Amino acid sequence: MATGLIASLPRPTLRALTIWRRNLLVWRKLMISSLLINLGEPLLYLLGLGYGMGRFIGDMAGMPYLTFLASGMIATSAMNSATYEGLYSVFARMTHQRTYEAILATPMEVDDIVLGEICWAATKGTLSSAAIMLVGVALGALNASHLLWSLPVTWYVGACFAGLALTCTAFAPSYDFFNYFITLLLTPMMLLCGVFFPVDALPSAIQPVIGWLPLTHAVALIRPLATGEWPAAPLQHVLALGVVGVAGYWSAVVLTRRRLLR
Amino acid sequence: MAAVPGDVPVAVRTRGLTKYYGAQAVVNELDLDIARGTCVGLLGPNGAGKTTTIRMLTGNLPITAGRAEVLGLDVSTRGSTVRARLGIVPQTDNLDPDFTVEENLRIYASYFGHTLQFDDARMAQLLDFVALDGKRAHKVDALSGGMRRRLSIARALVNDPDLILLDEPTTGLDPQIRHMIWARVRDLLRQGRTILLTTHYIEEAERLCDEVIIMDQGRIVTAGAPRKLVAEYINADVLEVGLPLVDMQELAREIDDVRFEHIGTTTYCYSRQADRIAERLKARGIFSWLLRPANLEDVFFVTTGRDLRD
Ligand SMILES: Nc1ncnc2c1ncn2[C@@H]1O[C@H](COP(=O)(O)OP(=O)(O)O)[C@@H](O)[C@H]1O
Ligand SMILES: [Mg+2]
Repeated sequence: MATGLIASLPRPTLRALTIWRRNLLVWRKLMISSLLINLGEPLLYLLGLGYGMGRFIGDMAGMPYLTFLASGMIATSAMNSATYEGLYSVFARMTHQRTYEAILATPMEVDDIVLGEICWAATKGTLSSAAIMLVGVALGALNASHLLWSLPVTWYVGACFAGLALTCTAFAPSYDFFNYFITLLLTPMMLLCGVFFPVDALPSAIQPVIGWLPLTHAVALIRPLATGEWPAAPLQHVLALGVVGVAGYWSAVVLTRRRLLR
Repeated sequence: MAAVPGDVPVAVRTRGLTKYYGAQAVVNELDLDIARGTCVGLLGPNGAGKTTTIRMLTGNLPITAGRAEVLGLDVSTRGSTVRARLGIVPQTDNLDPDFTVEENLRIYASYFGHTLQFDDARMAQLLDFVALDGKRAHKVDALSGGMRRRLSIARALVNDPDLILLDEPTTGLDPQIRHMIWARVRDLLRQGRTILLTTHYIEEAERLCDEVIIMDQGRIVTAGAPRKLVAEYINADVLEVGLPLVDMQELAREIDDVRFEHIGTTTYCYSRQADRIAERLKARGIFSWLLRPANLEDVFFVTTGRDLRD
């Protein structure tokens, strides 16, 4: 019976929205500084790398380097923001802040907490992606015609990574543990999945591997939308991200139950 | 403990409730019956299994064996529904540090769903109940330990609960706050709620509880009304003297119902004729002793021993 409680299928309910709302209310208090950081960081990247290096690189994959970089960074930004929220903030609420302990004294269930946190982390991802879009449009690097379509995509990408992050957090004995996740997963994806240069520039032996990684699919969806085009074969990328997202959500629910309900 | 008769509605009923951590039975075959509208105290040394018992009653800790019904529902399958009717004050404060006093109550109420009416009038009532009106806009970090505890109590009441679980509600608080919390617990009982509290303070249990359950190593050692337990286990007055055991045995010669216990430098004499021993001490010019009625603490020591627990 005890194992049944821990291992049974995730039960998503609308109560998750209450968790999302709690986080939104906290975020609102720090909104100004949070938005400044969200805007400031991409501005630095795009100016430093995009303008500076772009001058030596010229065009890449048929577009100015600044455009190539900005459109790729929309995707990494959703990934990074959602992941950091799912690692560090969730860990704080799970351990020393005892937020979940308090929430679990109410009708809320662990499943609600996990789903609510994934939705919130995805929202943070979208907020930081939106900041890059703003900067990118202001610098004339991005084409605004299809850009709004990429907003729901960034949320979807964020949710996909948030599931993985929460899975890691449910295991983590301390903050140090997150270095593995970042060094082994996040950083390689950021460097290899077509954000800074096209995947086909890599040795052909590793290209198929890269093709499986979720950030590759995120970039494949977002870059066209940010440059005024429609993605080719969108369904394939949506499905690939969906598989990772569902797997991440599922393992996050089961592992977080195991951690909190004991 | 005496089982609650069938016609009295019970708030909590457990049968063979057991929790293992590894090979250790932390809660071992616990049978509890708590009648509605009563205050029951779980007493026991550190590690006795009090918090573990409470957590199982909330449905948040998988039960190893046995079953627990709270407010008529099985907690392993209906935990969420049960918690909608529970007020829980945890042993360690877990207020939300990101919010103010007022926001803490409001956000917590939101976890109970839209069906819960939590308006400004209810907010004012709760803040008044725990004397925190003046602190509405304060961050939790800016509150003293006593204020945090009171806020935890107010928070546990947002859903107007039928059963309130208080895990060491006054540990580490100063006497003023402790007395204030006791008064509030009595108010809550008068409102017809059921209260289960754990405590180390025997005085607290004696003052508040209709019934106490003394636990040790996961088992119930004894249970009953405080006064009844004292009568049953001690049935005597207690004389505490800072003299060696042999001296006291000598002094109490031919008083036949004395039981002695010597701890550290103090000798405890349990006897219905303890006043006669006291007279003899006075006659010898010894005045540094304490003659008192037996209390629950004596029962506690008799039933759980005096070994230190960690
Ligand atoms: N999550 C846990 N894992 C392993 N052992 C635990 C856990 N929680 C409590 N224990 C052990 O169970 C025993 C009872 O703990 P607890 O119920 O907190 O006691 P009390 O509240 O009476 O002081 C202690 O020995 C404690 O170390
Ligand atoms: Mg405890």
